[in-house]
Amino acid sequence: MLNTDYKDDILTVFLSGEIDHNRAVGIRSAIDSQINALRPRRLELDFSDVSFMDSSGIGLIMGRYRAVGLIGGDLRIINVPDNLNRIIELSGVTTLGVLR
Amino acid sequence: MNVINEMHIRFQSKSTNESFARSVISAFVLELDPTISELADIKTAVSEAVTNSIVHGYCRESGMIYIDAKITDARKVIIKIRDKGIGIKDISRAMQPLFTTAAEEERAGLGFAVMQSFMDDVKVRSKPGQGTTVTLTKQIVPLR
Repeated sequence: MLNTDYKDDILTVFLSGEIDHNRAVGIRSAIDSQINALRPRRLELDFSDVSFMDSSGIGLIMGRYRAVGLIGGDLRIINVPDNLNRIIELSGVTTLGVLR
Repeated sequence: MNVINEMHIRFQSKSTNESFARSVISAFVLELDPTISELADIKTAVSEAVTNSIVHGYCRESGMIYIDAKITDARKVIIKIRDKGIGIKDISRAMQPLFTTAAEEERAGLGFAVMQSFMDDVKVRSKPGQGTTVTLTKQIVPLR
């Protein structure tokens, strides 16, 4: 189950808990079906409640960047907690200009 | 350098066991009273190595993953993660950032880069057909 909000053509997804390879698979398909159904102009991934993330989370971000880009939308990564900064910086996601 | 504690576990190469492995290793190193960031580094590195064994080593087929962990009196944590999967043909290529053989699964190709960045030392031994052993070492800072 995914906690989402859709308003003004912006799809916000509230991620939570631990994002690893096991969970990323389900999160990915849940987000993609919403992207395809709603075709938002912007996808916001809210990381406020994410307590742990490994490189599977980076794959998830990069994949959604592509998925929303394919329908002409853009991606925003919001509310990244301090404990995830290190992996986000290492991954190069910052260079995409999606962090807010 | 004397070993003051050690543990061995083995578990099936199921992706639900990624969080199990992280929990076990966290509990094991707690006696050193690591900082939150040291603990997060270790959990992340172990998660990467175990995921590699599941996704690449066993290619999602069933197999066993073995973790041997030690704590030394010098406050060093040494964690060996071993599988008997397909092994790695070219280790230095596999360790290059962004290299992945599972792009369609959205693997970012950052597993080894994360391990190297989050741990003090990463050693990889592998032979095609015989599996892979990753040894992760981290020095836990002295107690304040």
